[in-house]
Amino acid sequence: MTSRITVAVAARVLTQLRRDHRTLALLLVLPCLLITLLWWMFQDTPVFDEVGPALLAMFPFIVMFLVTSVTTLRERSGGTLERLLTMPMGKLDFLLGYGVAFGLVAAVQSVLAVALSVGVLDLQVQGPVWLLVVVAVVDAVLGTALGLFVSAFAQTEFQAVQFMPAVVIPQILLCGLFVPRDQLPTVLGWVSDVLPLSYAVDAMQTLTQTAETADVWQDLAVVAGFAVAGLVLGAATLRRRTP
Amino acid sequence: MVNNAVEIRGLHVVRGKRTVLERLDVTIGDGVTGLLGPSGCGKSTLMRCLVGVQQVRAGTVTVFGEPAGSRSLRETVGYVTQAASVYDDLTVVENLRFFCRVLGVGREEIDRVVDAVDLGSHRDQIVGRLSGGQRSRASLAVALLGEPVLLVLDEPTVGLDPVLREDLWGLFHRLADRGTAVFVSSHVMDEAERCDRLLLMREGRIIADGTPAEIKEKAGADSVEHAFLAIVREDAG
Repeated sequence: MTSRITVAVAARVLTQLRRDHRTLALLLVLPCLLITLLWWMFQDTPVFDEVGPALLAMFPFIVMFLVTSVTTLRERSGGTLERLLTMPMGKLDFLLGYGVAFGLVAAVQSVLAVALSVGVLDLQVQGPVWLLVVVAVVDAVLGTALGLFVSAFAQTEFQAVQFMPAVVIPQILLCGLFVPRDQLPTVLGWVSDVLPLSYAVDAMQTLTQTAETADVWQDLAVVAGFAVAGLVLGAATLRRRTP
Repeated sequence: MVNNAVEIRGLHVVRGKRTVLERLDVTIGDGVTGLLGPSGCGKSTLMRCLVGVQQVRAGTVTVFGEPAGSRSLRETVGYVTQAASVYDDLTVVENLRFFCRVLGVGREEIDRVVDAVDLGSHRDQIVGRLSGGQRSRASLAVALLGEPVLLVLDEPTVGLDPVLREDLWGLFHRLADRGTAVFVSSHVMDEAERCDRLLLMREGRIIADGTPAEIKEKAGADSVEHAFLAIVREDAG
């Protein structure tokens, strides 16, 4: 692994993203619009305070999952990955480069979404606001890692997008947004316990409810663990030699 | 020819259920070596073997004494895939800057390779907006970074203007004169005459190996295309 190459990959991904104004706008503005929509729907009820934190955890995860699975699939099918693998590029350089680039984008996205939710829409947060952003960034890296992993199993961009409902929606259903996790049927509770988004949502909810951050760090560690596992699995799917 | 750049022994590649390369024994030395054959005959697969990205069933591929794809070879072997493997949403220079950093070579290389492929007037254009020929030249420019000692070029001249094709062949020979082993594939037989040495390939086998003059003489034909046909007929009969 070489930091020079990791940085080169990250810088290149960010330059590509900067070129694509539409994607950049969707990445940064869309979460804010959807959060505003939700706030508007539940005006004058306490629902926004309950659901808002979960949304802050979901957006970076979903968006980065999608963006990464499509962009890396493009690298696989366009020949650039094959070329890079004939060069002195480590698999981890490649994966971490993507992780760093999308982590940075996620940081900007989360700062905007958190600033809007807390500053304008008056989401009640008891814990430190910056920690909301940290959770969102780790969550985004998790999305990136899973997206990289999944892109190995898709042959076309069309298929890659189809993985979104398969990988992401079950996590949304079981993360505690619809039914609190401790009230799920036993088996689903277990499933919920092994899905990473559950921990990200837990962390966000804890932050809004109490100023005590010990639980948050614990949840954050679990999410980070899943992200690392995702990157390792992703590295395993990047083969220098292909059939 | 003292040392062969590439030595291939008993190379056997199966993709899916199809045998793509059949027990191939071949060496590639200095100069410009052309690999000619129809589409689907296994040219790209053979090239992928040289750069170590192809899974092989049996056999060995040795490049400058090291197994193909070895870490030490990754800075010294330039590879152009059949599709232009550059980033469409970056400019020519941005692409080159990125690959320079990956290879760890200085930025002064950029001007050299841009000139070599004659893309000077398009250097700051987005690759996706270039013509097909310009894109493949951008891809070729990447392979020239860091002055590789072996260049593996998979159909680099497809779809190019004849004038440009001529220029590129001139470039290949200049590189070869400076000691780079150049291995170029093509499915266009009229390019054969431009090679120092030719490998004719069909259905995963090398059916002829020699200088263009040798091959024509042996087959008693006046062009490489006719020689190819004569050899295939002889094989069948």
